[in-house]
Amino acid sequence: EDKEEDESKEEDNGSQQNRASRRKNYQRKNRDGRKAGEGGSQKKDRGKMSPTKDQKESENKEKKTTKKGKEGENKQKKDRKNSTSSASSNSSDEVSLSEEELAMLMEQVEQKKKLISTMRSKPWRMVKKLSVLREAQDFVEKFEGALGKGKGKKLYAYKMMMAKKWVKFKRDFENFKTQCIPWEMKIKEVESHFGSSVASYFIFLRWMYGVNLVLFGLIFGLVIIPEVLMGMPYGSMPRKTVPRAEQATAMDFSVLWDFEGYIKYSALFYGYYNNQRTIGWLKYRLPMAYFMVGISVFGYSLMVVIRSMARNANESTADGDDENFIFSWKMFTSWDYLIGNPETADNKFASITTSFKESIVDEQESNKDENIHLRRFLRVLANVLIICCLCGSGYLIYFVVKRSQTFSKMQNVGWYERNEVEIVMSLLGMFCPPLFETIAALENYHPRIGLKWQLGRIFALFLGNLYTFLLALMDDVNEKLAEEDVVKNITHWTLLGHHNSSAGNDSTVTPPPLDPADVPRGPCWETTVGIEFMRLTVSDILVTYITILVGDFIRACFVRFVNYCWCWDLEAGFPSYAEFDISGNVLGLVFNQGMIWMGSFYAPGLVGINVLRLLTSMYFQCWAVMSSNVPHARVFKASKSNNFYMGLLLLILFLSLLPVAYTIMSLPPSFDCGPFSGKKRMYEVIQETIELDFPLFVAKIFSYVANPGLIIPAILLMVLAIYYLNAVSKAYQRANAELKKKMQMQRQEEKNKRNNKAGTNPMLQDLDDLLTPSTKTESPPKEAEDKKIESPNGTSAARKAGRGAALDGSPMADRREAAFTPPSQAFVTQPRTLGIRAPYPGPPRPWGHPLGAVPGRGRGQPRY
Amino acid sequence: MGNKQTVFTQEQLDAYQDCTFFTRKEILRLFYRYRDLAPQLVPLDYTNKPAVTLPYELIGSMPELKDNPFRQRIAEVFSEHGDGDMTLDDFLDMFSVLSEMAPRDLKAYYAFKIYDFNNDDYICKLDLEKTVNKLTRNELTPEEVSLVCEKVIYEADVDNDGKLSLEDFQHMIVRAPDFL
Repeated sequence: EDKEEDESKEEDNGSQQNRASRRKNYQRKNRDGRKAGEGGSQKKDRGKMSPTKDQKESENKEKKTTKKGKEGENKQKKDRKNSTSSASSNSSDEVSLSEEELAMLMEQVEQKKKLISTMRSKPWRMVKKLSVLREAQDFVEKFEGALGKGKGKKLYAYKMMMAKKWVKFKRDFENFKTQCIPWEMKIKEVESHFGSSVASYFIFLRWMYGVNLVLFGLIFGLVIIPEVLMGMPYGSMPRKTVPRAEQATAMDFSVLWDFEGYIKYSALFYGYYNNQRTIGWLKYRLPMAYFMVGISVFGYSLMVVIRSMARNANESTADGDDENFIFSWKMFTSWDYLIGNPETADNKFASITTSFKESIVDEQESNKDENIHLRRFLRVLANVLIICCLCGSGYLIYFVVKRSQTFSKMQNVGWYERNEVEIVMSLLGMFCPPLFETIAALENYHPRIGLKWQLGRIFALFLGNLYTFLLALMDDVNEKLAEEDVVKNITHWTLLGHHNSSAGNDSTVTPPPLDPADVPRGPCWETTVGIEFMRLTVSDILVTYITILVGDFIRACFVRFVNYCWCWDLEAGFPSYAEFDISGNVLGLVFNQGMIWMGSFYAPGLVGINVLRLLTSMYFQCWAVMSSNVPHARVFKASKSNNFYMGLLLLILFLSLLPVAYTIMSLPPSFDCGPFSGKKRMYEVIQETIELDFPLFVAKIFSYVANPGLIIPAILLMVLAIYYLNAVSKAYQRANAELKKKMQMQRQEEKNKRNNKAGTNPMLQDLDDLLTPSTKTESPPKEAEDKKIESPNGTSAARKAGRGAALDGSPMADRREAAFTPPSQAFVTQPRTLGIRAPYPGPPRPWGHPLGAVPGRGRGQPRY
Repeated sequence: MGNKQTVFTQEQLDAYQDCTFFTRKEILRLFYRYRDLAPQLVPLDYTNKPAVTLPYELIGSMPELKDNPFRQRIAEVFSEHGDGDMTLDDFLDMFSVLSEMAPRDLKAYYAFKIYDFNNDDYICKLDLEKTVNKLTRNELTPEEVSLVCEKVIYEADVDNDGKLSLEDFQHMIVRAPDFL
């Protein structure tokens, strides 16, 4: 009964709106099941059911007398049991099973299985679920073996066994998988204290950690470890040796801290790698691997981000564009059921109250628009202020970067001058977001929308910073490239001179090789870039941690302990405790990831540092948030689809792809360091591999494919495809909107009609009241007849099909499903065509509700 | 997999896994949570299904429910006799529905039950008023409350009978971006 109701609901809901694909699947399954059931019971009708008919009838009589509610449910259960047992006895009586019955039985078994698999989403009591489950399992167990004959039987039994094993394995695997999700408890704890919005940050952090772990595996497994194991050892070549001039200080901590000295000449950076085509006994093509890994880092990240975005988009329903249900949503969905902390709960109560008051005020004064003007003005003002801030900070960074270039040319610069760029950027990152937040208070958005704006603004700030930083870096690189030309000649001549001199002295003895430390080097701009990113990342980590430590923890300690001897209340007054800064933290994470993506090509070790960073910050921030933060004043729920974070991530991924692609495609690699030295461009490594390692025709095919004549049409085709798909999706959207409008109009019409009817036509109502008793008396026998005809197998599939259609109350679904409403329901739907529903002796009252007739809206027909 | 637990038989655990959205470990964890509420009442051996119920006072004191304005209703809806006292089965049922794996339809169904204070299968104005007052801790004036209730009925009542049926409720709530 409940199941039927459930399914009918699904029917009418499901077709009206988009739903998560999971649900759709589930529905489809149900529908299939229903169809199958129908077929099965039809077959059953043809089969001989006479032995059980009497039993059935008596049951029906019983049913007639029993009321609804718990008793009825028990009845139903009993009925179910009886029917199962009768079916079983039936089949055991007849030794020779006919084909028809076999098929039927098979279907029943399938149905039971379906029931088992969907058991958990049935709104039943656990006791009922358990008993039904047990029955279904017994049934399946009993008849599974009976199906099939001879050889087929064995095969079937075997298949069933394997299926069972497979199910068990899947379940175990599922259990294992959930056990493997790290930090689940930690995040749940945070969630229960701070609401889901703070938890969403930690979930994002965890996701990021997973992605970085994969990147780490890629880079370490395919580049760094092969190089360390099989490449030439340290000190064997100039590029793998610390130059003579630096050797004295190469191990000093201050030097290492700047990623100079030994760290600079290690496998963590681009410059260390050799341009040998193959290394070691495996003939591992390291330069090729380096290039491919660099590309696949981006490829994988893009794929993961887009996939998770698509999944989120699937899961999210209509994104609140419906303005119809403001109050209803506020009422029924504003409580965050994950809150488990009195303080948070207090805040939540307060915020719900205010939001109710706000919307009441909105509702009452929706005609007055002076407020709107003021608000608009304030919003524009806030945006202007923020743009000013952004421009200012952009210029400041540009200025500092320029200055640092002059500093870098000078000798004997102090610590501050060397780190000025990082310091300024960190300071900006520290002070601008709170400033934005203050300005954003003018705008008075809902916190969720406010968070998005805030995120967007800080993102712009960071982006500006990043890009000025990149431009400065490009200047630097170009300078280095110019310098390189000079050094190249010097190196050449030095080597030549060395050879000549040794050859001149003694031509028979091979010249003692020049010590690799003494060979003059080019500046190796790739390593420089890598070092810049490394430094920036490390300073970012430090600043983040110190900010948390000072801004949150020390502040909390101060407020907590000094409060006893202070002139005003510190906890309620000025400093108070810090709130967890979601926007800043999310953006810090996104921005940091952008650095990793950009830098990992030139500093393969960067990902390792980032993995460490994410790992520590998970623990550190969890601790900090639990120990020293207070819940937000306006707690709000994060919506389940966090596509906004993902969108930011995708944007920054794309932006960080640009400079890397530019350097790969159009800058010449350094002549004396890195895996691509000696080539004109980095991508030539691919051409080289294809020419040397693949048969000739592959090279030919490749050259055809790489032909602009082919690429341009391909791009054109893609653009056209995008255009077409876009147009199609627009059309769907329009159709959707149209349908929505239609629905609304229908609803309005219905309302009006009913209002009119109810107002002007009391006669009809009386008539309806008269009609009701007849329905009441008429339907149970009818039902009994129905039952008699139908299968007694307890699953009542055919009934489901008919009844599901007639059950629902919504006019839409009614009309839609009228097509396949069986004639036996005609008398029930009749009153509805009059526009008034017959009051009914109560819809189902599954659990212990007071018995007796409660006047309610008629919803089709009586249930038992 | 092979950790020793003697609380449930393997079949029981499997059945529970089929009937809830939980894994084995979670079921055991929930059992221990249940037991921690009243260690003297709940036996450590559930293989022979002892009929133990915990009173509402204990259930309602769980941190998950302690601060929830609807805790009484939740306990009532999920308890077998509608009085808030819970057996382990009811307890598992409740957490299964409230867990994030449960489909929205199921949640909507139970949410409807929770908001339907007088059990008449419709959310009428009285239910709505109760809901608002619980949500705001009686901070709104009666006029405001009734305004809000009228608005809700106006918005969500599709068939215009002055109260929300389950269909109305589901129709409205599955569209809500916040409904988890």
